[in-house]
Amino acid sequence: MSDNAQAALVDVRGLKVDFLTAKGGLFTAVKGVDFSIGRGEVLGLAGESGCGKSTIALSLMRLHRPPAIISEGSIVIDGEDVLAMSPERLQRWRWSKVSMVFQSAMNSLNPVLTIFEQFRDVIVRHTGVSRARARERASELLALIGIPADRLDDYPHQLSGGMRQRVVLAIALALDPKLIIMDEPTTALDVVVQREILQEIVELKRKFGFSILFITHDLALMGQFADRIAIMLEGRLVEVAPSAQLINSPQHEYTRRLWSSMPLLTRG
Amino acid sequence: MRAVQHASEMLRIDGASKVFHLKPMLGPAHEVVALNNISLTIGAGKALAVVGESGSGKSTLGRAVARLFTLSSGTIFFKGKDIARLHRRDERHDYQRSVQMVFQDPFSALNPAHTIQHHLERPLVLHRKLRGAALDAAVREVCTDVELDPEATLSKYPHELSGGQRQRVNLARALAVGAELIIADEPTSMLDVSIRRSVLDLMRRMKETLAITFLYITHDIATAQFIADEIAIMYAGQVVEWGLPKLVIANPQHPYTKLLLSAVPDPAVRLDEKDGRSFSSDAQAVRALAKKSTEDIREVQPGHYVRGYMAAS
Repeated sequence: MSDNAQAALVDVRGLKVDFLTAKGGLFTAVKGVDFSIGRGEVLGLAGESGCGKSTIALSLMRLHRPPAIISEGSIVIDGEDVLAMSPERLQRWRWSKVSMVFQSAMNSLNPVLTIFEQFRDVIVRHTGVSRARARERASELLALIGIPADRLDDYPHQLSGGMRQRVVLAIALALDPKLIIMDEPTTALDVVVQREILQEIVELKRKFGFSILFITHDLALMGQFADRIAIMLEGRLVEVAPSAQLINSPQHEYTRRLWSSMPLLTRG
Repeated sequence: MRAVQHASEMLRIDGASKVFHLKPMLGPAHEVVALNNISLTIGAGKALAVVGESGSGKSTLGRAVARLFTLSSGTIFFKGKDIARLHRRDERHDYQRSVQMVFQDPFSALNPAHTIQHHLERPLVLHRKLRGAALDAAVREVCTDVELDPEATLSKYPHELSGGQRQRVNLARALAVGAELIIADEPTSMLDVSIRRSVLDLMRRMKETLAITFLYITHDIATAQFIADEIAIMYAGQVVEWGLPKLVIANPQHPYTKLLLSAVPDPAVRLDEKDGRSFSSDAQAVRALAKKSTEDIREVQPGHYVRGYMAAS
């Protein structure tokens, strides 16, 4: 449904990312990857650690830092060539078009700033509104994810792990982005809280219609949530298929191995 | 308390409670009941999985068994002996040798400045007083027991190994000391999913071929089902439901167990938009209910028990 480049929100062609190594050599972490994400679509990206999936996530926002360099390929998001953007444009574009939720909510929130200050930072910098208006918007966002507005003046350590991850999600929504990249957003949480957060994401997606690039190594979770799943091995996408197909009839040998490597619950 | 019967008992936890008195620098002093009257047994060569979310008290239970602190009340018996009454030095040493812990983070559990050889030699020298050729042979033996290649591994430093290999070294170290009971606290949760299964497989084989007893602490009920002979679901310091894994998982009685099982990702079930907030509010209600302390215990069927919740079966 979304391999049609015209309609796709994200179109990545021949992406290659190299790392300069200490010995002066090159290590190619992403070896020519093509994929697209449709509007409102959830694309799952799975693979073991070190396969390059987080490198792809960072490249999409051009957040990769030396020694990583994008040596080949193109990234077009919502009709704009990301690799050709000027630094000024990039600064405005990040977070307003594409935002990101990282694995560890504890590490993505600043421990010495209140929750409100972290919202204010994003909202004021990008939209230039007043502090009072930013506070209103922050309260709205917290209400969206089911946290009372009086928690705005709390510090991150005063919230539970699940609440912190919700706050991070709310900050990602602050500027109404078209794409949210979620890099293992629930890996550090237990299953009940994980499910609560995912239900929240499903609900928000229905409301706002953003697309999601969802990175995880939990295939079962991905099957419940993603529209299509891409399996990555050593810098290449070895299989991309609609979720149901990837679950019921995986084609690639590596996909089958990934499935068999995780113990699934057998219900009586 | 009623429990599944075992031929020979390795560990018996009898009414264990632990209250932490917290006196934070800011704010009022308060108490946290981490363990509330826990009774469990593990048979020799069996694995008991304690499943619960963060803060449920499952790690506190593991630490109490490792004798890292004393209980507020209740007793832990290891092979029939009260572990709080090991007065003689050699009795204590014997216990510390027999009961070993494997931690969640395989990276910080090994000393980065020493080779794997050093990590495995130390316990053999200190606990089994081995020297020379006998020491060498023993190091190779424990290495082989955890399916690591001695030639390729021994001269390496921890940073040269993968997470799974490091967790194997931690298991080998426990074996080297002569462990009979291994307390494994989330041993696979930091490992990549593609190697998780292989470490669980190894633990299962250690149980079957070396007759090692496991207290397996996890938040992942699927891995618990994979390795355990018996399973105990913990919430807010209490064991809410316990018994044989196939009975508990097929026919959960306690609302928290049901909630936990419904939240385990099942690739066959799509997350539904309609479900939205209702899962979260149900979860809140179940948590409030499961927090209540109660002494009512009901036998669902032989080998399956539930606490405090009298649902019609």
